[in-house]
Amino acid sequence: MSLKKESLNVIRLAHGAGGILQEELIKFITKNIPFKNVNNGIGVEELDDGATIPLNNYEKEIVVTADGHTIYPIFFPGGDLGTLSICGTVNDLLMMAAEPIALTSMIIIEEGFEFEKLEKIINSMNLIAEKANIAIIAGDTKIMPRGTLNEIIIATTGIGIKDKNIKVLDNRLKTGDEIIITGSIGDHGTALMASREGLNISTDLKSDISLLLEIHNAIKYEINNNFIHAMKDPTRGGIAAALNNWAMKSNVSIWIDEEKIPLKKQVTAICDMLGLDPYNIASEGRALIAVDPEHSRKVLEKIKSTEIGKDAEIIGEIKTQNPQRVFLKTVVGGTRFIDMPLGEPIPRIC
Amino acid sequence: MEIPRLRILRSRVFTEKIIKSINKLTKQTNKPVKFMHVCGTHEHTISKYGLRTLLPKEIEVLSGPGCPVCICPAADIDKAVELGKRDDTIITTFGDMIRVPATKISLAELKARGADVRIVYGPNDAVKIAKENPNKEVIFFAIGFETTVPLIGYEIQLEPPPNFSVICALKLIPAALELLMSQSQLRINGFISPGHVSTIIGLKPYEIFSQGYKIPNVISGFEPNDVLLSILMLLKQVRDKNFDTLNEYSRVVKPEGNILAQRIIKDVFKPVSSPWRGIGRIYDGGLVIRERYSQFDADKKFDIKIEKSQDIPPGCSCHLVMVGKLYPHECGLFGKECTPINPIGPCMVSMEGTCSIYYKFHKR
Repeated sequence: MSLKKESLNVIRLAHGAGGILQEELIKFITKNIPFKNVNNGIGVEELDDGATIPLNNYEKEIVVTADGHTIYPIFFPGGDLGTLSICGTVNDLLMMAAEPIALTSMIIIEEGFEFEKLEKIINSMNLIAEKANIAIIAGDTKIMPRGTLNEIIIATTGIGIKDKNIKVLDNRLKTGDEIIITGSIGDHGTALMASREGLNISTDLKSDISLLLEIHNAIKYEINNNFIHAMKDPTRGGIAAALNNWAMKSNVSIWIDEEKIPLKKQVTAICDMLGLDPYNIASEGRALIAVDPEHSRKVLEKIKSTEIGKDAEIIGEIKTQNPQRVFLKTVVGGTRFIDMPLGEPIPRIC
Repeated sequence: MEIPRLRILRSRVFTEKIIKSINKLTKQTNKPVKFMHVCGTHEHTISKYGLRTLLPKEIEVLSGPGCPVCICPAADIDKAVELGKRDDTIITTFGDMIRVPATKISLAELKARGADVRIVYGPNDAVKIAKENPNKEVIFFAIGFETTVPLIGYEIQLEPPPNFSVICALKLIPAALELLMSQSQLRINGFISPGHVSTIIGLKPYEIFSQGYKIPNVISGFEPNDVLLSILMLLKQVRDKNFDTLNEYSRVVKPEGNILAQRIIKDVFKPVSSPWRGIGRIYDGGLVIRERYSQFDADKKFDIKIEKSQDIPPGCSCHLVMVGKLYPHECGLFGKECTPINPIGPCMVSMEGTCSIYYKFHKR
């Protein structure tokens, strides 16, 4: 058997890391789905943050998102699996420009999991759901025999609503658009990596996990008037995956100025030490926002006035030449590509 | 202390000054020059900061065989894979290593099929795993150059538990540089030498290049302005026809190196003629564990038979790419059968492998 074929036989961890392999896996799963959208709304083929169901005879459409949440360790600096499951769901809805209404939650637990831990996770879910003003309207639980699952996973469905004429989508970037990041990148992934067993890196770095609601509310006017062309939270795969995704779907090039990217010095230090690229690392409370250049200053000001957006910056712009690629002007003035991450970030040796 | 220093080493203002001097010297030298680095981390810096886009077209920076992942022979990976198939075994190694294709499968594929393969950040972690799992054989698959060697030697000196052993695929850099010198088609005008390795071995092993082969040599640090400054120092020597071993990375590298580390290496290992993937056997190019520590040598401990191994798959040109003889896009597999997702040759695997970097810059 050839080397290549054999390597395609099984699912690897990298198939879930937000990169090219994950895209292949999703295509493999979705290619034969018989009905892929409802009423010509956004469907599974768009691979956006969620889907839409346009309602006949109404101005509104329903937005639906699906999200599975696993994390190790389940309690991490700045949050836990419960925080993650609600923030992730609400943020996905917000990135589709929807008002979050409700969510369902499916909790799968390994036999032997302690009630005390479960209680902590549930409390976190409730706390964030209250903050987000979102109802948890249905759910399910399953228990798996010991050893068939690692502790606990949560799967959610988010439900929101939006005006049909608001179009905030990955394929709507236009030449000239400016790109805003709402805060420092890579805090979540780096904090987790540092807190993992065996690394022994002591740091006060916390996950940036948070609801993007405040930012969404601050720029509602621009969203409603379609001055905002796309929004994306750079979770798995970091800003590298998010930006490449945009460049591909919108058939444009994205030019980022490295000097402008807000980066905490702990993140730089830990990533340098482990040989990781912060652009590939997840954030859980940040958004990339592509704005019509006439409104970008105003939008930046509004975002900066919020608590979680105070470090926001305009980090780049959209061009027509060399479509489907992301370019970085480095801190020393050189130019390089930011590529789609391949798989899970692993520390280098050389 | 670190922060202002970093500010200088990554400062656009200083970069512009260095580039200005490089441009001036290039005009004075008035000929194309080729410099080669032999370190994955240098390639990382050069690519990460886009340094090639700042240099005049007369200066070519080649990537030599400086990635321990790329030059690790398939036979050694095959060994690790064979041992990893046993129920009582935990294979531990560095992150980059697990994706490298070998004759049949990589360690990553072995892991996906259920074997216990773990990524560690250092040999001490592997020893810890051995202590925690006394009923398992814990094997550390050791790859690396002089930088990594003392760490592994130190763990062996400390008498790890009896269920710990090492597959020793450690290699030595100066021997490889010498081999490159003998390849006349390359016509390298200077070496950007690896700072990490030099921290251990000091400057002396490089003197043969400046004195014997008349090739300038600059030991370089890993920040963008370190590398650019080293290129400037090389250019100046080329212009003045001066051939010296200079130390740009003097804030870390001492002329005599790290004596303590050198002693550990000498105590635990001995240099042997050793195969480099894609390059061939290099005289004094690798290390084996000395007899007195043979109980930790996986080769001696386990009777592993590797059938014929295959370093370079049919059609793959990694062996030519690794010594700077061929550009990756000149290989027939490049970007077609061989991509970073399904790498066929070793240079497409590591983030610092030349093919993988070229794929990012020239393909799609």
